Amino acid sequence: MSETGFIPGERIPPALSVSLARSAKIGQDRTLLGVAVFIASESVFFLAIVLAYLAYRDAGLVTAKANLDVPRTAIFSVALFSSSATTALAARRASRGWLVATIALGTVFLVGQGSEYARLLASGIGPGRELFGTTFFTLTGLHGLHVLVGLVALFALLAAHIRRPSALRPVAFEAVGLYWHFVDAVWVVVFSVVYLGTLL
Amino acid sequence: MTAIPLWVRRPAGERVGWLRTVDHKEIGVLYIGMGVAFFAVGGLEALLLRAQLATPESRLVDPLTYDQAFTVHGVTMILLAIVPLLVGFANYLVPLMIGAPDVAYPRLNALSFWLSLVGGIILYFSFLAGGAPDTGWFSYAPLAERSFAPGPGVDYYILGLAVNGAGTIIGAINLTVTILLMRCPGMAISRVPLFVWMTLVTTILILGAYPALTAALVMLFVDRQLGGHFFDPAGGGQAVLWQHLFWFFGHPEVYIMVLPAMGMISEIIPVFSGKPIFGYRFVAGSSVAIAFLSFGVWAHHMFAVGLGEMENAIFSATSMLIAVPTGVKIFNWIATMVGGRIRLTTPMLFAIGFIAMFVIGGLSGVSLAVVPIDLAVTDSYYVVAHLHYVLFGGTMLGVFAGGYYWFPKMTGRLLDEGLGKLHFWATFAGFNLTFLPQHWLGAVGMPRRVFTYAASTGWGPLNLVSTIGAAILAVAMVIFAVNLVRSLRSGEVAGDDPWDAFTLEWATSSPPPPENFPVTPAVSGRRPLWDRKHPELRDPS
Repeated sequence: MSETGFIPGERIPPALSVSLARSAKIGQDRTLLGVAVFIASESVFFLAIVLAYLAYRDAGLVTAKANLDVPRTAIFSVALFSSSATTALAARRASRGWLVATIALGTVFLVGQGSEYARLLASGIGPGRELFGTTFFTLTGLHGLHVLVGLVALFALLAAHIRRPSALRPVAFEAVGLYWHFVDAVWVVVFSVVYLGTLL
Repeated sequence: MTAIPLWVRRPAGERVGWLRTVDHKEIGVLYIGMGVAFFAVGGLEALLLRAQLATPESRLVDPLTYDQAFTVHGVTMILLAIVPLLVGFANYLVPLMIGAPDVAYPRLNALSFWLSLVGGIILYFSFLAGGAPDTGWFSYAPLAERSFAPGPGVDYYILGLAVNGAGTIIGAINLTVTILLMRCPGMAISRVPLFVWMTLVTTILILGAYPALTAALVMLFVDRQLGGHFFDPAGGGQAVLWQHLFWFFGHPEVYIMVLPAMGMISEIIPVFSGKPIFGYRFVAGSSVAIAFLSFGVWAHHMFAVGLGEMENAIFSATSMLIAVPTGVKIFNWIATMVGGRIRLTTPMLFAIGFIAMFVIGGLSGVSLAVVPIDLAVTDSYYVVAHLHYVLFGGTMLGVFAGGYYWFPKMTGRLLDEGLGKLHFWATFAGFNLTFLPQHWLGAVGMPRRVFTYAASTGWGPLNLVSTIGAAILAVAMVIFAVNLVRSLRSGEVAGDDPWDAFTLEWATSSPPPPENFPVTPAVSGRRPLWDRKHPELRDPS
C-alpha cells in the first residue's frame, strides 16, 4: 500500500494509453494535442462551408470563370504555401528570422486576397451578388480570417520571443506552426475548389 | 451547526472570487448554476405555453408572444440548461474521477464558461432589443431569412448561439485533452469510470457537431446581413441546406445531451446495487457505436421534406440501427441491478426513473424512424411527447440522480432524503401526466407550435390534463428548490464517502481541496476506492 492508501498500479506509458493520437509527440503534449483537437473541429467547420460552395458551384460557374484571376492568385498562393516551410524552420530552430519570414509571406497572401476582393467589388460582385458572390466571399473570407488569426498568433510569438526567449517553451513554436499548417492546408482545398475548379 | 466550506475546501483565509476562479470545481459549479437558472427560466416559459393551451380558443397570450416563448424555451432548455448542466458535472467530476489536480487548461476552462453564459445573455437581450426570435429552436429557412423574419430576433439567435457554441467547443477540447493526458498512474482508459467514458464520447460529438451549427449560423448571417443567398430560393439558394447543416449538428446534439446522463446513472446504479457494472466494455463500446451512428441519422428529422424514397429508407435504417447500442445499455443497467443488494435512495430512484422513461422515449423514437408513421405524425404533439421523454424523462431525471448523488461531494452535506423522494414522485407523476397525453394528441393530429386550437377538435380535455401535469411538475421543482436551500444550510453532514461508493472522487474530502488529492493517487482497477476499502474483495485487474 502506498501512502495514499491505494495499491500502486503499474504506470501506463502515455504513448500506449493515447492510441488516438497520431504522432507520439502530439499524443504526449497537452498544448499540441489541444491544438490538434481544435484543428479537427475546425475541419468540420470548413468542410460544411466547402460543401455549401460545391452544392452551388454550377450555379456560379459562369461568373467565376469570367471574373476570377487564377494566375495572379496562384502567385499569392505560393507565398502562403511556402510559409508552411518557413514556419517549420522557425519551429525547428526557434528562429526569429524564419518567424518574420512567415509573417511576411502570410501578409503578402492577405494583401493579394485583399486586392482580389477590391477588384471583384469594383466590378460589382459582392456577397449579395448571385450565389457565386455569396459562396465565394463566405468561403475565402472565413479562410482569410483564419490567416489573420494565425498572423496575430505569430506576432504574439515573435513579441514573446523578443521580450524573453528563455521563458518561451519550444512547444509554443510548434503549436502556432501546427495551426499555420492547417490554415495553409485549408487553402490548398479552397484554391483547388474555387480557382482551379474554374479551369475544368 | 458545523461550518463546511462549499464547493472547494480552501486553506483558511484564502478567497478566490467567482469572476476570477479557474478551479475546475468552481467552474463546474458556475456551469451548473447557469444550467439551473436557465432551467427555471425555460420552465416558466413552458408553463406559459401550457397555460395558453389548457383550454381551446384561449387568448391568454397573443400568437407572437407564444411563438417567441416556444422558440426561446427550446433554445434555453437545450443549449443553456441541459448542456451547461452536463458540462458542469463533467467539469467538477472528471478530474476527480481520473485522479487529476485540474483540467488540462484551467484558464481556458473559465473562458469557455463565460462564453457559454454570454451567449445565453445575448439571446435573452433580444427581448429588450426589439423582440425575441420566434422561428422555432431549429429556425428553419426561409422563415428565418430577413424577408420573413425582419426583426432582430434571429440575429440575436445567430450571435447568441455562435458565442455559446464557441464556449462549448473550447470546453470540449479541454475535457478531451484532460481525459487523454491527465489520468493518474494506473488509470488506463479501460479503467476510467463510465461517466468519464461518456464524457469523452460526448466531447468528441461536440467537436464534430457544433462546428456544423456554427457554419450554418455564419451562412444565415451572410444571408441576413450581407444580402447573401445561401438559403434563399428566390436568389437560387436552397432552404433545405439549412436543414441538412442544422440536423447534422442537431441529431448528435441529442446524444450530447443524453450520453453524460447515461454516464451518471452508470455510476449510480452499480453503487446502489452493491455490484460492479454489468458489461463495462459493452457500456463504453456501445457509446462509441452511438456516437458513430449519430452522425449518419440526421435526415430522419427531414422525412417530410421529400428527399426521395432511397434517402428516406437509408436514414430510416440507420435510425433504427442506433436503437441497438442504446438497448444494449438498458440491458446492462438492468443486469447490474439483478441479484444486487439494492438501496432505493433518491439518486437510485431517479436513475431507475431514467431507465423507464428513456425506454418509452426510445420506443417512440423507433416508431418515428418508420417513414410512414413519421409522415403521419411529423410536426405533431407526438414528436413533442417523444423528445420530452428523451430529454426530460431521460436526461433531466439523470441529472437529478447525479445532483442527489454528487451534491454531498460538492457541499459536504446530503440533500434531504424525505424531500428528495417527494421530489422524485411529484416529478414522475407530473412528467407523465404532462407528456403521456401528448402522444394521443399528436396521433389525432394536433400540430406542434400552434398557439391555440378550436373547441370542435376535441383536444381540450387532454390538453387540460397536460397542463395540470405541468403544474405538478412546477410544484416538484419548488420542492427541489426548498431541498437545495435547506440542505445547503443545514443538511446532514456527509463525510467523504456517504454512499459507500467505488470511484476516486469519493476518496478525497467533501468538498475536495483545490489540488483535489494531497498525493497523486495510483490505481490498479476500475473501482479504486472499493479496492481500498475491501482489499479482500478486489476486482481482478
